[in-house]
Amino acid sequence: MPMTITEKILAAHAGLDRVEPGQLINVRVDLVLGNDITAPVAIKEFRRIGVEKVFDRERVVLVPDHFVPNKDIKSAEQAKILRDFARQQQLTHYFEVGRMGIEHCLLPEQGLVGPGDVVIGADSHTCTYGALGAFATGVGSTDLAAAMALGEIWLKVPESIKFVYYGELQPWVGGKDLILYTIGQIGVDGALYQAMEFTGPAIETLSMDGRLTMSNMAVEAGAKNGIVPPDEITLDYVKGRARRPYRVYQSDPGARYARVYEFDVSKLEPQVAFPHLPSNVRPVSQAGHVEIQQVVIGSCTNGRLEDLRLAARVLQGKKVHPGVRLIVIPGTQEVYRTALKEGLIEIFIDAGAAVSTPTCGPCLGGHMGILAAGERCLATTNRNFVGRMGHPESEVYLSNPAVAAASAILGRIAAPQEVL
Amino acid sequence: MNQLRGKVWKFGDDIDTDAIIPARYLNTSDPRELAAHCMEDADPSFAGRVQPGDIIVAGKNFGCGSSREHAPIAVKAAGVSCVIAASFARIFYRNAFNIGLPIFESPEAAAKIQEGDEVAVDVESGTITNLTRNEQYRATPVPPFMQEIIAAGGLINYVARRLNG
Repeated sequence: MPMTITEKILAAHAGLDRVEPGQLINVRVDLVLGNDITAPVAIKEFRRIGVEKVFDRERVVLVPDHFVPNKDIKSAEQAKILRDFARQQQLTHYFEVGRMGIEHCLLPEQGLVGPGDVVIGADSHTCTYGALGAFATGVGSTDLAAAMALGEIWLKVPESIKFVYYGELQPWVGGKDLILYTIGQIGVDGALYQAMEFTGPAIETLSMDGRLTMSNMAVEAGAKNGIVPPDEITLDYVKGRARRPYRVYQSDPGARYARVYEFDVSKLEPQVAFPHLPSNVRPVSQAGHVEIQQVVIGSCTNGRLEDLRLAARVLQGKKVHPGVRLIVIPGTQEVYRTALKEGLIEIFIDAGAAVSTPTCGPCLGGHMGILAAGERCLATTNRNFVGRMGHPESEVYLSNPAVAAASAILGRIAAPQEVL
Repeated sequence: MNQLRGKVWKFGDDIDTDAIIPARYLNTSDPRELAAHCMEDADPSFAGRVQPGDIIVAGKNFGCGSSREHAPIAVKAAGVSCVIAASFARIFYRNAFNIGLPIFESPEAAAKIQEGDEVAVDVESGTITNLTRNEQYRATPVPPFMQEIIAAGGLINYVARRLNG
C-alpha cells in the first residue's frame, strides 16, 4: 500500500507498518519544544501529572524568544519559569538571551531537527521543520506537558494535499511568494487538518531558507504540517549540523492525495498579503499606492541569512524613507554574527535601520515595534490579523524581504525593481 | 443530564487567536486576567458584558492562528459555557478539549443561530436546541478517544492515570 512521506514518518514513529488518513495513533516524538509564552502553562500542567522528570532531558527544548529580552516585569516572571525549570530538569537545550534565536530559525540551524523526525512544539509555527523532511506540528501547552512526560503524543493521521510548482522563479521571487500565493489560492482554511506536501521543479531548486519559509506558513492555510521531500539541498544543509541520526523518507509513487494542485510559477511576481488575512494576496504590481510607517524584516518566517542578504542587496547605498522606521531582526545569534561579518548589518545601519537582537517581539505585537492606531506596517512576518502588531486599528501587510526593503526606501509598498 | 444553556454572542468566519486574546496580554497566564480581555479585538464590549453560561457561535475556522492555550482559557474563564462553530482550527480544537472547554462543530447551527438567541446544548448527544427559534441542530460527533479524555477530566488527568496506574 503506497504511502505519503507524512504517513511513512508517522507510521514509523507509531511502530506500525502502515497508517491511513483519519487513523488515531500514538506517536513517539523525537523532540518537543516550548517558548516563554507557552511553556509556563505547560510546566504548570506538567507538575499536575505527578512525574518528577521529563521523558528525556536532551529532547525537551526551551527557547525564550517571544517577549525577551524581558519586556516588562510579568514577562520576566514568565521567562524565569523556563529558566528555573530548565535548570531543575537539567535540560541540555535551553537557549538563553545572547546565545539564542527565534526558535524556528534556531533549531534547524543548530541541527536539533532532521529529516524523518517527529517534532511537536507549543508554537503554531513548529510546522517550519517540515522543510527538512520532518513531520512537525504545533500544539498547545497541555499537549506539550503530556509529551514532556510521555515522550509521545496522540495524533490523527492527516490526509495529504500535494502541491506541484512548475517553472523557474523570477528575480526577487522566493519561498515567501510561493507560500503567500498558495494561501491566496486555497484560503486560510484551505488545508485544515491536512498535510501540505510541497514538490515540483521550482521547489527542487529552492534554497533551504526558502523552503523553511514555505513550511513555516503552512499553518496559515490551517494545515497540520507542511513538508518538503528531502533531496541534495536538504542533505547538504543537514550535513555537519545534525546532532542525531536521521532518516530520509519519500512519498511512494501512487500514494493517495486528497487533492493535487499544480501551479506554473514562472511568471509569479512578489506577493503582498493585505489586511487582515494572509490569504488576502495580490501581486506587488497591483498593490496600488499604500503608504507605510514601519517595516519589519525578520521573524521565524524570514529572519534567516538569505533573507537579510536579499534585504541588504536592495538597501545597499540607499536610505530609509524619512517617514518610515525600518526594524531588522536577525533570526539567531549565528545569523546576526554572519550578517555582521558579511557587512550586511553595516548596510542596514547606514540606511537608517534599527537592528535588534533576535526576538519574535514585533511580529505578535509584543514589543520592539508596536503600531499606533492608523499606522501601517509592511512585515516579512506571517500574520496580518486585526491588532496583530499593535492597535486594533493598525494594519499589517506581508511580503518577502526584498519587497520590504524596497518599500522601506520609498515609504510605500514597492517592488525591488523600483529602487534598483 | 449535562446541559449547557445561555445567550448567544455571534461572530464571523476566521476568528483568530489574536482576536480571542491579543498577544499584548500574554505576559500572564492567569485565567482571570486573560478573561478580562477575551474577544477584545473582535468586540471590545464582550468581556464586560458576557454572562456566565453565555455561548459563542461563530463561522468557519474559529481559533485560527497561534497555538496559545490562553485563547480557550480566556473563553472558559470569561464564563462562556461552550463554543459552537461551523469549523475549528486544529490547534484550538485540541486545546479546548485538553483544558475542558466544550466545543461543538455544526455548520447548520452556526448559520441559523442569531445574536442574542437563547440556546441549550446537550453535551452527550451533541443536540443543539435554539429556544428562541424553536429549532434543533446536530453537532458532529466527538471521536470516542476524545470522549475518553473528557471523561477523565482533561488530558492531564488522562495522562496521570496512565502513568500512575
